[in-house]
Amino acid sequence: MGREVLLKIEGLRIEGRAGEGWTEIVKGIDLTLHKGEVLGLIGESGAGKSTVGLAAMGFARDGCRITGGSILFDGIDLRQAPEAERRALRGKRIAYVAQSAAASFNPAHKLIDQYCETPVIHGVMSREQAEKDATDLYRRMQLPDPEGIGFRYPHQVSGGQLQRAMTAMAMACRPDLIIFDEPTTALDVTTQIEVLAAIRDIVRQSGTAAIYITHDLAVVAQAADRIKVLLRGDEVEEAETRQMLDAPREDYTKSLWAVRSFARAEQPPATDAPILSVQNVSAAYGKVPVLDDVSFDIHAGRTIAVVGESGSGKSTAARVITGLLPPSSGTVMFDGKPLPPALKGRTRDQLRQVQMIYQMADTALNPKLKLRELIGRPAQMYLGLQGKALETRIRDLLDLIELDPDTYIDRLPGELSGGQKQRIGIARALAAEPKIIICDEVTSALDQIVQEGILKLLNRLQDEFGLAYMFITHDLATVRAIADDVVVMQRGRVIEQGPKAQMFTPPHEPYTELLLSSVPEMDPDWLTRLLANSRAAMGT
Amino acid sequence: MGFAASVIFGLAALFAIAWALRTGARATFSGQARSLAHDIPLTASFGLLVIAIYTFVAIAAPILAPFPEREIVGGQFQAWSAAHPLGTDRIGRDMLSRLIYGARNTVGIAFATTALAFVVGAILGLWAALVGGWLDQALSRFVDALMAIPALIFSLLLLTIFGTSVLTLILVIAAVDATRVFRLARAVAQGIVVMDYIEAAKLRGEGSWFLIRREILPNAMAPLVAEFGLRFCFVFLAISSLSFLGLGIQPPTADWGSMVKDNATLITFGDVTPLLPAGCIALLTVAVNFVVDWQLHRASGLKEQ
Repeated sequence: MGREVLLKIEGLRIEGRAGEGWTEIVKGIDLTLHKGEVLGLIGESGAGKSTVGLAAMGFARDGCRITGGSILFDGIDLRQAPEAERRALRGKRIAYVAQSAAASFNPAHKLIDQYCETPVIHGVMSREQAEKDATDLYRRMQLPDPEGIGFRYPHQVSGGQLQRAMTAMAMACRPDLIIFDEPTTALDVTTQIEVLAAIRDIVRQSGTAAIYITHDLAVVAQAADRIKVLLRGDEVEEAETRQMLDAPREDYTKSLWAVRSFARAEQPPATDAPILSVQNVSAAYGKVPVLDDVSFDIHAGRTIAVVGESGSGKSTAARVITGLLPPSSGTVMFDGKPLPPALKGRTRDQLRQVQMIYQMADTALNPKLKLRELIGRPAQMYLGLQGKALETRIRDLLDLIELDPDTYIDRLPGELSGGQKQRIGIARALAAEPKIIICDEVTSALDQIVQEGILKLLNRLQDEFGLAYMFITHDLATVRAIADDVVVMQRGRVIEQGPKAQMFTPPHEPYTELLLSSVPEMDPDWLTRLLANSRAAMGT
Repeated sequence: MGFAASVIFGLAALFAIAWALRTGARATFSGQARSLAHDIPLTASFGLLVIAIYTFVAIAAPILAPFPEREIVGGQFQAWSAAHPLGTDRIGRDMLSRLIYGARNTVGIAFATTALAFVVGAILGLWAALVGGWLDQALSRFVDALMAIPALIFSLLLLTIFGTSVLTLILVIAAVDATRVFRLARAVAQGIVVMDYIEAAKLRGEGSWFLIRREILPNAMAPLVAEFGLRFCFVFLAISSLSFLGLGIQPPTADWGSMVKDNATLITFGDVTPLLPAGCIALLTVAVNFVVDWQLHRASGLKEQ
């Protein structure tokens, strides 16, 4: 390398509080970062990535403590340095960009006020200079209206723009090191590209070193010079990006690489009558139209993926099918008969046939009810099971979703991991013995390995019970893995629909093309190529 | 001097008994009850002990009290003696007996009132938040209108209209307090009804009563429990002030609030007797709040730092 070392972490050990005692969550990590270098830190949830990232600032979260090792930042030992000295470094020489910019900005202050706070406090520049500098950085981050955007409040700016504004804020004092903690995870594929490109450019131009934390390999491959893989607080391996992608050494790394390889067996085209048919449905929230003449069919035993970015109306379509939002025109047919438009008009059996699994298992499961009641209630209500029969059914369902009944039946949702909670969501839907399950972004809040487990489970259950799935997602990799039919939606309309094979072969509608090209690939040159292509397209 | 020392000694003794009982419970019980006994802080076991003593005194009042509640058994304002351990009041009734009967009247009425206010206020509040729309508007504006009238004047008005029996007293104070509980329950529930699990339950076809009882209430419990402790103390104050104005618990029924008022002159002579009923109120409210804090801690899932 030959370059100057900026950050050197040796034998870092961090413990987290677990009930009465402490458990080690980072078990002796070494990390070296040179000036101007970008290091990718990847691993599944609970690998300790964020904890290591924060430790690079000499910081431990509440309920965590650093117990061993040394953290040397440009010759300063952050563990020994007094708190005042560490605080002087933070924001000025080391900056942090959090996963959710929407949650990290103070909603009560304008963007530019929040931008100016750090440089003014650290005495780097005056308020006027800082404002000028902010405009300049906003321009370099390719934010629209760089002169005016700073004077808006966080809620007046889109999620992708906020994330870029946050990165600009981190750059305010021209730090030597920026820590990016999953900066694009919460964004749409199309928005993710813009943010990723902006982050990569600004880091390269200013020669800032960065630690880029993510669970998405394809994303880290675009930005990082080197990649370090973590597993349960231990290092698995570390290598240059290209070498890591081409020839991973460890089995665990290979398994991470192979996650996206799961695919459902090809199904022959559907010939039977659809189990559910959405016919020329239009719907509106008050006066705002959201769905415009939408039609598609769902067949038994098949998966239909409804794709589109946020605001395209895909979740609204699900609300119309379930009866939460009666359509303004058009009908939903179930098994050849029209379903009453509103929830109140439907019989208990009609309700039973269509079940829903939600994106956020955290908010979809009542935190105060035990799994026994969460899963048991639909079985009790729809199928009239009581006492022993109900108990047996709950245990069978837990077995189906691969959770041990004896261990889990009396637990609360808060005692489960994210993937396990999502499995409970699946069990609750299954308990009603439905014909159709609507899956609303069920995997987007989960990391890749857990995602794969959920997709495999859904696939197995589909084969076992002949279920029909309506899979709402913005993630085309998931579509590739499990869909039979695809519906592409944009601004409340169906742009394109057909069997999966047809959808993934050109020619595409321009919007489908954009969605398809936005899915990150495991190729370090993918983003560069994509941006070059889109610039060329704009030039012509 | 002797009085202050005996108060401190008495409290210390209560804490010691509470500690001993908790240790005993940990040793005897098994299973769920044992883990409950293990978690309980000393303050909460003290609170439970005090509540248990009050309950016992209230129930067993006729057995414990040396004299009847309303009978004149001696001279006016007699000093503490063997026959009348706490002396007599201004018309010669035994203080100790009245203190014991007061537990029955004051605590019983205050508890019934708070409980009623909570049942009515919480159910209506949760229902309004769940259903929303015109029902929410109608209930909320009605409650606003009630809250706009000063509570004491409103209670006086109602008591004047409906007469001053114990039942009307309970109903009137409960109605006034229920408006505050309604506000709180509605505000808490509004944050809960937007969650996906409520939508999931609605999609399942659950009725309003199930949604309120099983889906919303368990999640709204923590703030409601905390409010219960506070309200309970306020109801004491409300009853006392109404008694002071002559519309509360009617003489000759013993009531701690009016006992303080009736015997207040004694304080000028350096006699602490009138402070005893006040002390009984204070001790109970502290005990109730200790238990409420503990329940709040459990319900909100907060962990000791």
